[in-house]
Amino acid sequence: MSLLEIIDLKTHFPTPNGLVKAVDTIDMKVEKKETFGLIGETGCGKSVLGHSIMRLIQSEIVMDGRIIYKGKNLLEKSEAEMRNIRGEEIAMILQNPTTSLNPVLKVGEQIAEAIRLHQHLNRKDAKQKAIEMLDAVRIPSSSQRSDEYPHEFSGGMKQRVMIAMGLACDPALIIADEPTKGLDVTIKIQIVELMKEITAPKAMLLITHDLGVAAEMCDRIALMYAGELVEYASVIEMFGNPLHPYTRGFLDSLPVKGLVPIPGMSPSLIDLPVGCRFHPRCNHVMEICRQKHPEMTEVKDGHFVRCFHASS
Amino acid sequence: MKQHKNQFMDIARRLNESRPATLGAIIILLLCLMAVFAPQLSPNNPNTACLDDRLISPFTVSEYPLGTDHLGRCVLSRLLYGARISLMVGIIVVGISGAIGITLGIVSGYYGGVIDAVIMRFVDATLSFPSIFLAVTIAGLLGRGLPSVIIALIVVDWTAYARISRGSVLSLKEKEFVESARSLGASDRYIMIRHILPNIIGPVIVIGTLGMAYVILSAASLSFLGFGPQPPTPEWGAMLNAGRMYMRTEPHLTIIPGLAIMVMVLAFNLLGDGLRDILDPRKTVIE
Repeated sequence: MSLLEIIDLKTHFPTPNGLVKAVDTIDMKVEKKETFGLIGETGCGKSVLGHSIMRLIQSEIVMDGRIIYKGKNLLEKSEAEMRNIRGEEIAMILQNPTTSLNPVLKVGEQIAEAIRLHQHLNRKDAKQKAIEMLDAVRIPSSSQRSDEYPHEFSGGMKQRVMIAMGLACDPALIIADEPTKGLDVTIKIQIVELMKEITAPKAMLLITHDLGVAAEMCDRIALMYAGELVEYASVIEMFGNPLHPYTRGFLDSLPVKGLVPIPGMSPSLIDLPVGCRFHPRCNHVMEICRQKHPEMTEVKDGHFVRCFHASS
Repeated sequence: MKQHKNQFMDIARRLNESRPATLGAIIILLLCLMAVFAPQLSPNNPNTACLDDRLISPFTVSEYPLGTDHLGRCVLSRLLYGARISLMVGIIVVGISGAIGITLGIVSGYYGGVIDAVIMRFVDATLSFPSIFLAVTIAGLLGRGLPSVIIALIVVDWTAYARISRGSVLSLKEKEFVESARSLGASDRYIMIRHILPNIIGPVIVIGTLGMAYVILSAASLSFLGFGPQPPTPEWGAMLNAGRMYMRTEPHLTIIPGLAIMVMVLAFNLLGDGLRDILDPRKTVIE
């Protein structure tokens, strides 16, 4: 049994202009101890998917489908049950470490509180544990730094603190939402190295638009486009043998491949194209692509693609 | 506790750089000392009437440094004991209305929707009356005495705290650290108490300090109008009212309590303005 299995998940936002289909019929699995990369351009719905799993979306939404975690459907859990799962079973590392820490609370206290939410420790023990967590994320002179406020930390250090908070209760699954966003290249490498090492025994869903980070950290990768997955495969397959025209375009738009952009724009999530969602931008478009919506098909062992052209 | 100590040290250091605020703080400190040590400092019993010594002018008789009123009571002693009442009313009213206002403001801003609409319409309704009339009405309904003044002022005063807290919460609840806390399994109540409350303390302290000035002035006004503590309790507003009849012949009976009220209100305003500069929400809430 997979640790996390998402079946037919839909997250739609009703707006005055229509239904925004941010996540539309997603099926995926995250196995124990694996790092699963979810990549896609800005606005494709990958962050919404991450937040949907944790049921963290505050605005009015319509959710459908099933999110099976350790055999239980998270969508059927009560809010109180979800609170016990958040942080203890599934933790999230958010983007923007600068704003994700409370400016008026000491760093050590914030980690200690994350621990105390789930474990019955007294303040002193929780604080000791927080210092150990700071050590684990390689923050030097940890006991002294735990008494400092977030503004006394640099961006990379804050991201380390965020990682420490996420890992404080030893969760089985980590959802990392763009953990390297806004970090310098050198700091980014350090954070990637740290996360690789520290999350090795855990399953991780890594949400990113940084292909380099994904290639470095992930076992399998899924590419998301306009609210649905278009291709997923192992890292080697995905980068070595991309099948979907969007995946190829995505890889070709990397600087090392010569910055070739994909023509056109991502479609609006309210008014999606009929047929294949990528067809208006695709250079292999066929007649069937304009009429029928392609299904996910397994073209090779463990390599799935949603494309008539690639699967024919 | 060390955190608070550091914060207070920091505030104290920055207050020191602002002359008016320092002056305000010193005056408040002196007034507090006066109130606390009133029994030791008073030359006479404030309530003992001595009809032989009626209407003595200040600085004429050493037994009564600030003279006596129409019943021969020592003005200085009454002034010292009166400071106790003014400060006590201020602290009680600001404390209780702050607690009510902050709680309702946070709940209102955090949950929004119907709860917010109901609480804020309550606030609007309260604010649509001129506050002193509302206080007079309530004090009138409850009968004379200090408790009714306190209740009347709380009814009027809590709205300021509710508005300020709600406004701050509206922006704070969208902050990512709130989402971060929720993703770690924090409940709504936990987020409100542990993450939002510490972030709104700055603006609330400013409103509270300025509110002290307003409350002390309003309490004196209500007493002047006769709703406050009844004779012979030494209250500054009531002293002012009693002295009114002798304004032409013995102006010190109105000038002295009037000055006392003015100095106390001014001191709280000076401190409040200074604190506003230091605890500007734009500087403290968001880095």
